[in-house]
Amino acid sequence: MQNRDMDYLKARARQVREGIVRAIGVNNKGHLGGSMSSADLVTALYFYKMRHWPDDPSNPDRDRFIFSKGHSVLAQYAALALCGYFPLQALPSTKKLGSFLQGHPERDRTPGVEANTGSLGQGLSIGLGMALTGRLDSRDYRVYVILGDAELAEGQIWEAVTAAAFYRVANLVAIVDHNKLQATGVISEMYDVGEIGRKFAAFGWRVLETDGHDLASIADALDAADENTGQPVMILAHTVKGKGVSFAENEPSFHNGALTAEQYEQALGEIVSGWGEGNEK
Amino acid sequence: MDGVKEMKSKACPRETYGRALLKAAEEDRRIVALDADLSGSTMSCYVRRSYPARYFEMGIGEQNMVATAVGLALSGKIPFVHSFSMFVTGRAFEQVRQSVALPKANVKLVGSSYGFSDFGDGATHQTVEDVAIMRAIPNMTILSPMDPGEVEEAVRLARAIEGPVYLRISRSEMEFLPKEIPGKSMLEPSLMAKGEDITVFANGLMTAEALLARETLLEEGISARVVNVSCLKPLPKEMILRWTGDVEAVITIEEHSVIGGLGSAVLEATALEPKPTFVIGIDDAFGQSAWSHRELLEHYGLTAAAICRAARALLKRG
Repeated sequence: MQNRDMDYLKARARQVREGIVRAIGVNNKGHLGGSMSSADLVTALYFYKMRHWPDDPSNPDRDRFIFSKGHSVLAQYAALALCGYFPLQALPSTKKLGSFLQGHPERDRTPGVEANTGSLGQGLSIGLGMALTGRLDSRDYRVYVILGDAELAEGQIWEAVTAAAFYRVANLVAIVDHNKLQATGVISEMYDVGEIGRKFAAFGWRVLETDGHDLASIADALDAADENTGQPVMILAHTVKGKGVSFAENEPSFHNGALTAEQYEQALGEIVSGWGEGNEK
Repeated sequence: MDGVKEMKSKACPRETYGRALLKAAEEDRRIVALDADLSGSTMSCYVRRSYPARYFEMGIGEQNMVATAVGLALSGKIPFVHSFSMFVTGRAFEQVRQSVALPKANVKLVGSSYGFSDFGDGATHQTVEDVAIMRAIPNMTILSPMDPGEVEEAVRLARAIEGPVYLRISRSEMEFLPKEIPGKSMLEPSLMAKGEDITVFANGLMTAEALLARETLLEEGISARVVNVSCLKPLPKEMILRWTGDVEAVITIEEHSVIGGLGSAVLEATALEPKPTFVIGIDDAFGQSAWSHRELLEHYGLTAAAICRAARALLKRG
């Protein structure tokens, strides 16, 4: 880990996106949009930042990653498979009856998954509990929680934000995947929680900001989060829902949509060729 | 509650609970306590005072408290989460279902002041449905102690069980009750008193009522067996059928709605080998304020007298 070779990380991010599309398959609904918007964040965590051991997934010193916006778990499944937690060939079995890859993350079923999430609003609290254990046990692991921007409408998020600041857990890092879309439309037109960064700052968090598709910028933000100021850290990551697949970008219908055979091939083709890379806003 | 005070034979279960949790915390460093601004009522305050680093005051935010406990449990702690029974099962229901029960997180949910025992605060703070809610959730163990001795045992069991436990603690004094034939632990029903005509299943404070009713019925020539069921889940049906096969009729009594609690559990167990059964509980109604717990139990018919009436009706006597 801590590999700052950007060509390596970009290649990994493409593989994660490819894995997302393969996990969705043809004619089955899947959460393409949110998985794609989180793909670079997840890549940076698993292939750059986090201390983890795929052959020893319960090592007590591992960094923890909780995908609070659990519907985007396809990005995590792809990253876990690429790390060797389970075979890449398993990805297309996602959501098949009996599969160890469920529609939302389940820790009992999938190696490397830390918590059951997807009922939105609960992951940050779970991360807080893990961060408190780390402090009680004098372990130096960090806990990373990816939240959705629309998820911030859940009241429990703000209970956890308050509690984390009160307990001064500096080993807790929330990353808000700010893709500006909710399941049913554009956040600014539907239900806008307002200025996310200012709200977290007002609650006592240290706030960092990054382009959520620029891997160097994400790596910088994750490194900056290491500094212990006695505060929890929130990284506001500006992202594009559906990032990397032309017909899905900023398209609410691909929050949870099915791909035709043609769309599936087009998506894989665009990802492999790196369509849209480098035109981050 | 009100009658003659026999100091040696009664105790306040939440006091007993607080001491038992402190003892467990002394023995096991993995134990931590969380509370939502009720530590003086739930008695998690003993851990708060003795082990401040292992006590987490979570403010009045039960949902965050339960999910934070999940994070503590998934990283190796044994969190005991405290609030009133209503809020830990109701306000945080979805956190309990999704984050505690589904991954079998080793979280102990301690619901204090269940039933009508928080008599003055009224319906908002009383529970009629906590067992029904918790019974419907897979992977949950439900413990409802009948006396202070079982409160201590419940803390030991909750610590030993790997997985979610919901423990109900009454706010009212409880008598120490001797068992005729104890189960292997409070996870198994216990025979409290022998009888041949009818079996009365009870738990919590209602077990003492059932024993009182048995005395009255005995004078009338009715022999009532009393079986205490402190573990409402898991409750294998053989453990119920063992006590119903040889009697004419069955009564259940609980400080809970007639829907979804002990009565339902007994009827589910006896469905294929049915007996005429009378389920005594709160009849699908909310509680209300009163000046004592006893008044509410009498108002809602949760008494020895109600058991006697049911027994006479079932056996067509009197």
